[in-house]
Amino acid sequence: MCSSCGCGHDAVSLDGKPLDHPHPHDHGLHRRSARSGAAAPTGAYRPLDAAHAPGLDAGRTLKIEQDLLAANDALAAKNRARLARAGIFALNFVSSPGSGKTSLLVDTITRWQHGPIAVIEGDQQTSNDAARIRATGATAVQINTGRGCHLDAHMVGHALAQLERQAALTDNSLLLIENVGNLVCPAAFDLGEAHKVVILSVTEGEDKPLKYPDMFRAADLLLLSKTDLLPHVDFDVEQAIAYARQVRPELPVIALSVKSGAGMAEWLAWLSRGQQAAAAHAG
Amino acid sequence: MHELTLAESVLEIVGAAARRAGASRVTGVRLAIGALAHVESDTLQYCCEVASRDTIAADARFSIERPPGRAWCAACAAEVGLERWGMPCPQCQGFDLSITDGDQMRVLDIDIA
Repeated sequence: MCSSCGCGHDAVSLDGKPLDHPHPHDHGLHRRSARSGAAAPTGAYRPLDAAHAPGLDAGRTLKIEQDLLAANDALAAKNRARLARAGIFALNFVSSPGSGKTSLLVDTITRWQHGPIAVIEGDQQTSNDAARIRATGATAVQINTGRGCHLDAHMVGHALAQLERQAALTDNSLLLIENVGNLVCPAAFDLGEAHKVVILSVTEGEDKPLKYPDMFRAADLLLLSKTDLLPHVDFDVEQAIAYARQVRPELPVIALSVKSGAGMAEWLAWLSRGQQAAAAHAG
Repeated sequence: MHELTLAESVLEIVGAAARRAGASRVTGVRLAIGALAHVESDTLQYCCEVASRDTIAADARFSIERPPGRAWCAACAAEVGLERWGMPCPQCQGFDLSITDGDQMRVLDIDIA
């Protein structure tokens, strides 16, 4: 995340270049960079805004009561407000590696007939996925997280700025964010999306929702992918849906295949409804 | 390994608070990690100890409270205990549950000197 202080996400890059920005976050923690009157307190640190006279207390307990994800959530709220103003319907695609996320995005872009789609790709390494997206004609920004196992709201804020510079954030359009393939960590990090969409391919086990409940609990839509392979695998569709609804009651499900095209009309209709709702609330 | 990211958040929160309070060092950090929270608490504790090196909290003792999971069962119209996600309501065996407590990840307080 930060190339100048080494804290956190020093290995993160955007289209191959390190993130570069003034320092909005607090480096007072690091002795090597601490200096008097460094970063101004942000809204996230409200509980301690009361003034304390330095050095007067020998030892005491300070009440903090602050959520660990407060800083990420505040940045996610900024991203969400920015997208809402433009009427952009943004989705955060999460799944294990190899569930067919990029293939689904490519096929969706190819079939979509309601305006431009911008894409943010998240991977630890390589820009292969962004290249696949760009081959469709859509604009894509590639975030490489280095060792990081998930996208966060800070990275996505930078990617949004990059898309804006490329004039690729069109009002009332779609923004598809492909998270790092990982069924664990991305669940905790709000990016500012309208919905998390979890993809489960039929070549995986139908009990994945029970093994990785946080992700399925965080999602607003389950896409069962690669259904063309169902005749060749022992995947119980009804059981998978039942498991998913144990952790997320009433989770909507669309079964689809980019190979056969089955379910794609239903998926595109879902996207179109979301886009229209986002556009209706823009401004 | 998002525990390391979360540990860095812990230390950002702790460092900012301690500095503003004029502390010279942090001797203790108390966290609340609910039983249903999306994190492995033992790993988080270890990551906090690693991430605190060379910071104002280098000597701090990190302790983690584990508030138990609680959920509202729509079928029972009652609050019930929930050990982990994916388990049914212990009363009716249903799954129409919404969480009421036990998913928090929070810095409760710090001891400073």
